[in-house]
Amino acid sequence: MTTGRPLIQAQGLVKRFGDFTAVDGIDVEVRAGEAFGFLGPNGAGKSSTMRMIGCTSPPSGGELRILGMDPVRDGPAIRARLGVCPQLDNLDPELTVRENLTTYARYFGIPRRVARARATELLDFVQLGDRADSKVEPLSGGMKRRLTIARALVNEPDIVLLDEPTTGLDPQARHLVWERLFRLKQQGVTLVLTTHYMDEAEQLCDRLVVMDGGRIVAEGSPRALIERHATREVVELRFAAESQEAFAGKLDALGERVEVLPDRILVYVPDGDAAVAEVAALGLHPANVLVRRGSLEDVFLHLTGRTLVD
Amino acid sequence: MTAQLTRDRRPLPRVPALRVLEYHLVGYRRTWRAGAFSSFLLPTLTVLGFGLGVGSYIDQGVGGVSYLEWIVGGLLASTALQVAIAESTWPVFGNLQWQKIYFGQRSSPLRVGDILAGHLAFVLFRVLTSVIAFLLVTGVLGALRSPWAVLTVPVAALLALAVAAPTFAYAASVDSDSWLAMLFRFAVIPMTLFAGVFFPVESLPLALRWLAYATPLWHAVDLCRAAVLGVAPYWSVAGHLAYLAVWAAGGWLLARRVLARRLVV
Repeated sequence: MTTGRPLIQAQGLVKRFGDFTAVDGIDVEVRAGEAFGFLGPNGAGKSSTMRMIGCTSPPSGGELRILGMDPVRDGPAIRARLGVCPQLDNLDPELTVRENLTTYARYFGIPRRVARARATELLDFVQLGDRADSKVEPLSGGMKRRLTIARALVNEPDIVLLDEPTTGLDPQARHLVWERLFRLKQQGVTLVLTTHYMDEAEQLCDRLVVMDGGRIVAEGSPRALIERHATREVVELRFAAESQEAFAGKLDALGERVEVLPDRILVYVPDGDAAVAEVAALGLHPANVLVRRGSLEDVFLHLTGRTLVD
Repeated sequence: MTAQLTRDRRPLPRVPALRVLEYHLVGYRRTWRAGAFSSFLLPTLTVLGFGLGVGSYIDQGVGGVSYLEWIVGGLLASTALQVAIAESTWPVFGNLQWQKIYFGQRSSPLRVGDILAGHLAFVLFRVLTSVIAFLLVTGVLGALRSPWAVLTVPVAALLALAVAAPTFAYAASVDSDSWLAMLFRFAVIPMTLFAGVFFPVESLPLALRWLAYATPLWHAVDLCRAAVLGVAPYWSVAGHLAYLAVWAAGGWLLARRVLARRLVV
């Protein structure tokens, strides 16, 4: 699908903290120009993986090559070509929006004049041009995140690493970030992101791995994963009764698979409306019926038996 | 293909720590006015208060010079100490725990040593500008007896590193900023009071005297006082410098280890 050269290659990559194994032998290859995602719940090992790729955390085992280099030996040379947007913003609240970019650019050996020009350009890109000379402190969460993304682009990186880029943002701010990231993707920038939002992964990622407990449990494009592990449509049924279990048995014949959650039953079917008609024909009267497309949430549920966001 | 990727290296800054210093200076540009005012006002007030005020009760002076002339070298060293420690406690703690500035720097090509060196360079800048302001004020007030007083500048720089580096290590290792207040209460204030700034260490009981000799401050006080008065110091110059250098070097190694433990996880 993608034919770019491999920028990140990991084989049997392991990260341990004492007795705890955060990343348990993963194989990953990210190629130039693709948007690659690590999808998984909190504690799946996504951030640990990102820090190893970002060359700020040495691997405990396995092979890792980034841009053809060794992250332990060539850390500074690799980091010179990465853009990093961390999970928690670490902007300087005392400096202006522009100064946050120009001072950061200087760490990369970028001349002052170039840094200033690039800051202006990037602030326009993240729609903060009119805030260039205001302090960072009063900016909203979404603005700060966009500024952090701009800062990650200041060295014209070969790879942009985004650790949960929209966690903690309200829906409107989230869409603005997605839209900017999508623009970057169209420009051919290689994006690597972690997320526990399935819609984020579906919108942005060409290819992703699903992580759980430090391991990769599935890999592919969002569409391929949904086709393999879910169905085209899903019927969500809520029954008024205390336990959904009682109804589950009666629904088995309806679709390819039935998942019982504490508050609802999911029926995996090719045609949702037809299934809803059959539910009625069985004489069942759920309090609530929803027909939706199969999603990565269903993929994760199928692979791990748990939901992504609790 | 791998070889081709590896060759595509970008030019990195020759002295990356200078870029970190530049960052700190950009931040300082916003607050320097208040700082500069106090760097001139503070020595003026202390010289007037202690030198002239307290000095007027000390008729015989100390060792043949007036109390004002005697105290000014010690006050200079203690000013350097105060600035050096102030700039390597809360700012370091905040950059790790609150604003997480060091983590941002760590994602760039900077190494742990560059981040540390850049911060210490800024501490040095703050100390040197404060000490030079101090010399200007006291010079104008006629409190400096000898042109050798200019040598207090390099001594203050060495003292700054001798206290800022281990303080950096301490501030980077604690998990709550109340430990920083403890440092002032149990180290900085006693050191300032008993390391020969306000009265000769020789007037202390023997056991306390050795505590005073152990502090980096006393060594800088002895050197600065000698320079300002134009006399030989109480102890050997080489011995003082070596002792301060050991604190600076030990502090550097410790600070780099602590910071690496925080930033490389």
